[in-house]
Amino acid sequence: MLDSSQLAPLATGPKRSVATRNAYGEALLTLGAEREDVLVLDADLSGSTKTKDFGKRYPARFINMGVAEANMIGTAAGLAAQGYTVFASSFAMFATGKAWEQVRQSVCVPELNVKIAATHAGLTVGEDGKSHQMLEDVTLMRVLPHMKVFVPADSVEAAEAIRVASITPGPVYIRLSRASTPVIFGASYRFAVGKGALLREGRDLAIAANGVTVAPALEAAALLAEQGLQARVMSLASVSPLDTEMVLAAARECGAILTVEEHQVNGGLGSAVAETVGEGHPVPIYRHGMRGTFGQSATAEVLLAHYGLDAAGIAARAKDLHSRKKR
Amino acid sequence: MPLQKDRKAAIQAAALTVRQDTIRMVHRANSGHIGGPLGMADFMSVLFLEHLNLTPANRHAPDRDRFVLGNGHTCAGYYSLLSQKGLVPREELERFRTLGSPLQGHPHRNLDLGIDFSTGSLGNSLSVASGMAMAAKKRGWPARIYSASSDGESQEGQIWEAATSAAHYGLDNLTVLVDFNNIQIDGHMRDVMDVRDLRVKYEAFGWHALDVDGHDVDAVHDALLAAKAETKRPSALICHTILGKGVSFMEDQPGWHGTPPSDEQAKAALAELGA
Repeated sequence: MLDSSQLAPLATGPKRSVATRNAYGEALLTLGAEREDVLVLDADLSGSTKTKDFGKRYPARFINMGVAEANMIGTAAGLAAQGYTVFASSFAMFATGKAWEQVRQSVCVPELNVKIAATHAGLTVGEDGKSHQMLEDVTLMRVLPHMKVFVPADSVEAAEAIRVASITPGPVYIRLSRASTPVIFGASYRFAVGKGALLREGRDLAIAANGVTVAPALEAAALLAEQGLQARVMSLASVSPLDTEMVLAAARECGAILTVEEHQVNGGLGSAVAETVGEGHPVPIYRHGMRGTFGQSATAEVLLAHYGLDAAGIAARAKDLHSRKKR
Repeated sequence: MPLQKDRKAAIQAAALTVRQDTIRMVHRANSGHIGGPLGMADFMSVLFLEHLNLTPANRHAPDRDRFVLGNGHTCAGYYSLLSQKGLVPREELERFRTLGSPLQGHPHRNLDLGIDFSTGSLGNSLSVASGMAMAAKKRGWPARIYSASSDGESQEGQIWEAATSAAHYGLDNLTVLVDFNNIQIDGHMRDVMDVRDLRVKYEAFGWHALDVDGHDVDAVHDALLAAKAETKRPSALICHTILGKGVSFMEDQPGWHGTPPSDEQAKAALAELGA
């Protein structure tokens, strides 16, 4: 369990909301000041991915590759092969979808220092709709040998994930959001590869979330507590490698795990948790997320509620799962 | 400077060894590609012996020249040249395409052996070479970045994404040598999917582009010098070659793109190559 100094005072005072993509933009400025060997590439979306400010401050270390994501990833690989640490950004849809083969062949096979920081992941892209709501990126990246996958829950964890990625050898994928999300972590929080964050204790069941679903998962746990159910809440930003110790402890101590993600349930966080639990300590699991459907146009808030990924929807799934728990 | 007589003889001898090694390696592995390396042997030997600054002594130097084999399936010839330059032990050639060998069926990055990048999936190479060329420019290194490609690989869209960005960023330290033999695995390129005039295409993308007889070592040498002299633009040398060159029954035969020879065929091929 994180101590209170590592958490933002959610219960008291006004909630502060920041998009993880903004945290990325700021983290790049910090990196730029510290390290000459960090380059940033973008594919004509630098205003949206927030790499633009880095480009303005460090123009010699920023390369706009135009609307050509496959070439951007290949170029990033070539730069990394010559000793640079390269952050390559676009929307998650294009960085991982259009360029998956380049990520596999040119980045993961030779194990190069390319960090793919992709924004506008998931449903919370909102009104742009299904063509831009990437719901399969975690699956696509997680299956690649040597690739680490981070899905930070808020701006603090996002900044940490960028810092950790910059000093971790090899390929890293960081999934970032367009929409503002509540700040959960305090300034002293430190993210680590393969480590989850225990945000709320409870033994009736566990909720494993990441990205934008962590905040509603915490709210859901509060709703459940009002109904007498104590839910443990974990933020599993490091999907690959997964914090298997934390997940198996939850299986043993809580007896049921609900996973929550704005992503297809096949191959994402839910699958990662289910694989670990299935092999290590089988207990009932429900993978909550997108099931066999693409998204649609609406505001982020409306979409999360529509697909049951708001606090009420998560709480309902949790109660359902709890009723299936072995006693 | 034109090629000196002894240098020319050394290049031609290296190309002959490439052809002999390729036949032996693919025959021994009973898999792999012969036609491409035989066709590329002459221009690749000019590049490796006369231009590419890669030696056992400098292989780990960050600022040396780089080479990316875009048409990675032609790696038997590439490995032969690395071996002739003292980077790959001769005995490793015998383990080509077998379990645990660093000489994989398509190149896998291994700086100890001078293998600069992992390739094999057509289309990815020019982007990587462009990134290397950008890095060299940013670091202020005099390194030249070379890539080999092919008419078949030019059917991949990513090649033209890379051609666009390499010209946009003025990567005059980048040279691609395109093996143009009018053959791809399914048949003659003109029948399967005609890429048409690649010199004209590269020029339209803003490159310095030349048509070269890929078997004329003097002409290839001159073209590589012209590429070095070029400022502001990357260079594309469209090397016109004959697939299977040097073995009469393999020349211009699409069937020899990726088929290993029988014992008799290998023997006959090596006899023609004077081995």
